[in-house]
Amino acid sequence: MRRAGQAGVPVRVIAAMSGGVDSAAAAARAVEAGHDVTGIHLALSRNPASYRSGARGCCTIEDANDARRAADVIGIPFYVWDLSDRFHEDVVEDFMSEYASGRTPNPCLRCNEKIKFAAVLDRALALGFDAVATGHYAVLHDGPDGVELHRSADAAKDQSYVLGVLTQEQLRHSLFPLGDTPKPQVREEAARRGLLVADKPDSHDICFVADGDNAGWLREKLGDRMPNTEGAIVDEAGVEVGRHSGTTAFTIGQRRGLRLGQPAADGRPRFVLDIEPVSGTVTVGPREHLAVTHVSGVRPRWAGTAPTTLEGTVQLRAHGQEHRCRVAVHPAVEEAGHGRRETTVEIELLEPAYGIAPGQAAVLYDGTRVVGSATIAATRRVADAAR
Amino acid sequence: MTASETPVVYLDHAATTPMAPAAVEAMTTHLLEVGNASSLHASGRRARRVVEESRETIAQALDCRPGEVVFTSGGTEADNLAVKGVYWSRRAEDPRRVRILATSVEHHAVLDPLQWLEAREGAKVELLPVDEAGRLDVHALEQAIAREPESVALVSVMWANNEVGALQPVADVVRLAGEHGIPVHTDAVQAVGTVPVSFAGSGVDALSLTGHKVGGPYGVGALVARRELPVTALVHGGGQERDIRSGTIDAPAIAGFAAAVELAVKEQASYAAQVGALRDELVRGVLSVVPDAFLNGPPAGAERLPGNAHFSFPGCEGDSLLMLLDARGIECSTGSACSAGVPQPSHVLLAMGRTDAQARSSLRFSLGHTSTRADVDALVEAIGPCVERARLASR
Repeated sequence: MRRAGQAGVPVRVIAAMSGGVDSAAAAARAVEAGHDVTGIHLALSRNPASYRSGARGCCTIEDANDARRAADVIGIPFYVWDLSDRFHEDVVEDFMSEYASGRTPNPCLRCNEKIKFAAVLDRALALGFDAVATGHYAVLHDGPDGVELHRSADAAKDQSYVLGVLTQEQLRHSLFPLGDTPKPQVREEAARRGLLVADKPDSHDICFVADGDNAGWLREKLGDRMPNTEGAIVDEAGVEVGRHSGTTAFTIGQRRGLRLGQPAADGRPRFVLDIEPVSGTVTVGPREHLAVTHVSGVRPRWAGTAPTTLEGTVQLRAHGQEHRCRVAVHPAVEEAGHGRRETTVEIELLEPAYGIAPGQAAVLYDGTRVVGSATIAATRRVADAAR
Repeated sequence: MTASETPVVYLDHAATTPMAPAAVEAMTTHLLEVGNASSLHASGRRARRVVEESRETIAQALDCRPGEVVFTSGGTEADNLAVKGVYWSRRAEDPRRVRILATSVEHHAVLDPLQWLEAREGAKVELLPVDEAGRLDVHALEQAIAREPESVALVSVMWANNEVGALQPVADVVRLAGEHGIPVHTDAVQAVGTVPVSFAGSGVDALSLTGHKVGGPYGVGALVARRELPVTALVHGGGQERDIRSGTIDAPAIAGFAAAVELAVKEQASYAAQVGALRDELVRGVLSVVPDAFLNGPPAGAERLPGNAHFSFPGCEGDSLLMLLDARGIECSTGSACSAGVPQPSHVLLAMGRTDAQARSSLRFSLGHTSTRADVDALVEAIGPCVERARLASR
């Protein structure tokens, strides 16, 4: 099957419009390509103030208005779709429970997997649309085995990482009209089209967390569900070097905000090596002890046919660098007496990577092509091997 | 085909209805004339004359005295003025008067001020239950008053509900409140011109109406208030309208408003007969195509606005259905209020005992003076496939 909306074939498209410049420009391009486009803004919070207020994000009234004005200028119908329940269940709750378990989730991938290219796409298809268009910077083209997802032309803006969770079926019904264009050109184009959002700043933070204050947000929202509200920060010998007010404030590889009273004996900076939510212990140590040589992933999502082995590259966090790797996929098996062992993806890094946090996604590439992704469950460090 | 190439089938007259040509003419005639109605010179006097003649026209149409008509910026301001203004005055007279009784199906122009008074001004608001057709439970009102009549500042009961078209038992309300000298306000925004409305005959103390629902312009309306009713001003700055409403008087808009009210009231009976018949066809047509849909509100007849048809379509999201109809050039309403653009289930349907899902599966079609048989036919033709699609989308 060919993908929806390829050159020359006009289809009915839902353009998801966040109120930012990228999604507005993407909608305009979809119209220009001849598609029959309807704009929607996703209302992701019933009560916008409950997630964040004032600042930029996907949950503010201002953004809904910006999206509406962009749709007016482009000349397409516009509606607000209420996905607040789904978003809360699938993205916000997951975000909270992952942090509570000492992991570092990426809610943008989760939103793409569960909301934009699932709940929204399903509804769009049922309503008679053929595809969902977004302002993501990534490229789709037809390959020998189906639709391929590639990194964008503008390497600095590439967002293929957060799309690494999309399956072939989802990719077939996706449009990323901006993938071949550098961001400055997108802004120019938006200004030329009279879109007032042309110079609106990019959003970087998690959309539902005000002012990027993850720790404060988690403390407030988790409340009684905080795994701990205080604990020890220890060095690798187990000697207490500081205290903290909740492990949810930490992520593996973090250096800032540790507030350690005294410098390490060797005077070198210390990083979070380990988070233990049950005992509330955070272990810190020198950077070289963060060096990871092997990553185990679970819950794989493949852009096409699932591979068994792969030599390629892996990206281990948003905007992170590529690491050369060798991958082996171990399919799920029923183990007598032990129940089912889920599929795992074993990723051997050819040179060590630093600050790799369980919960983040490992997105696998063959050149510029996204092969698939897995959620990081465990890592093996150089330091572990030495012990 | 896009909506712009399709003739629009406008079935949202309860949201706003096209201006009557007579109202456009009356308004535009005065737009080019200079003169502040408060000025003492000839131009000012001419503007003042337009305003006072309009006031008299409206008074005649609504069976009230000209001095009882207070012009406002529309229905919302009139409701705010009635609810807050009367509450403050009545409480100032007697500090025990802090209770306000209203139906649970009032428009947000009444509900929101009530909520605000409760949060900020010490009011105790009691929202009274309605039956499954959306009509006030008169017995509940009687009990609420009887519990402590001296503490009731105001009773506010809309004349007709904007979502499901239920006419409210205003006469009973006036009788019950009148026994204790409690003033009654009614939001008659949907009623004027569509059902018979007599201010004097109804016995209410205050009545809100607005221009754009009767074929007049936006941005103008009135609170009809008995001279004896104490009303504290909300807007200060000149006291142009009986000292309870300030602001330069918008003579052209008022002229258009008066022309529209006059025409709508004059033609009310024929409008009700004609639009009521179209509405009945619409209801029959929709139910024949979608047999499991059901009509919300009172049965068509004396207890329902003639132009209102409000359905629940089981298994559909109202906003999916609205979008599908809109794509075919058919315009209607989910009848629900939006906060940040997020559709909330209608408080009216919830008050009528509907579930959240039922409330979300609802659409309002409202007919008006420009509606035709062709509009009804277009809806009946489109509704079947649209419902089918919308059902797929909410699985």
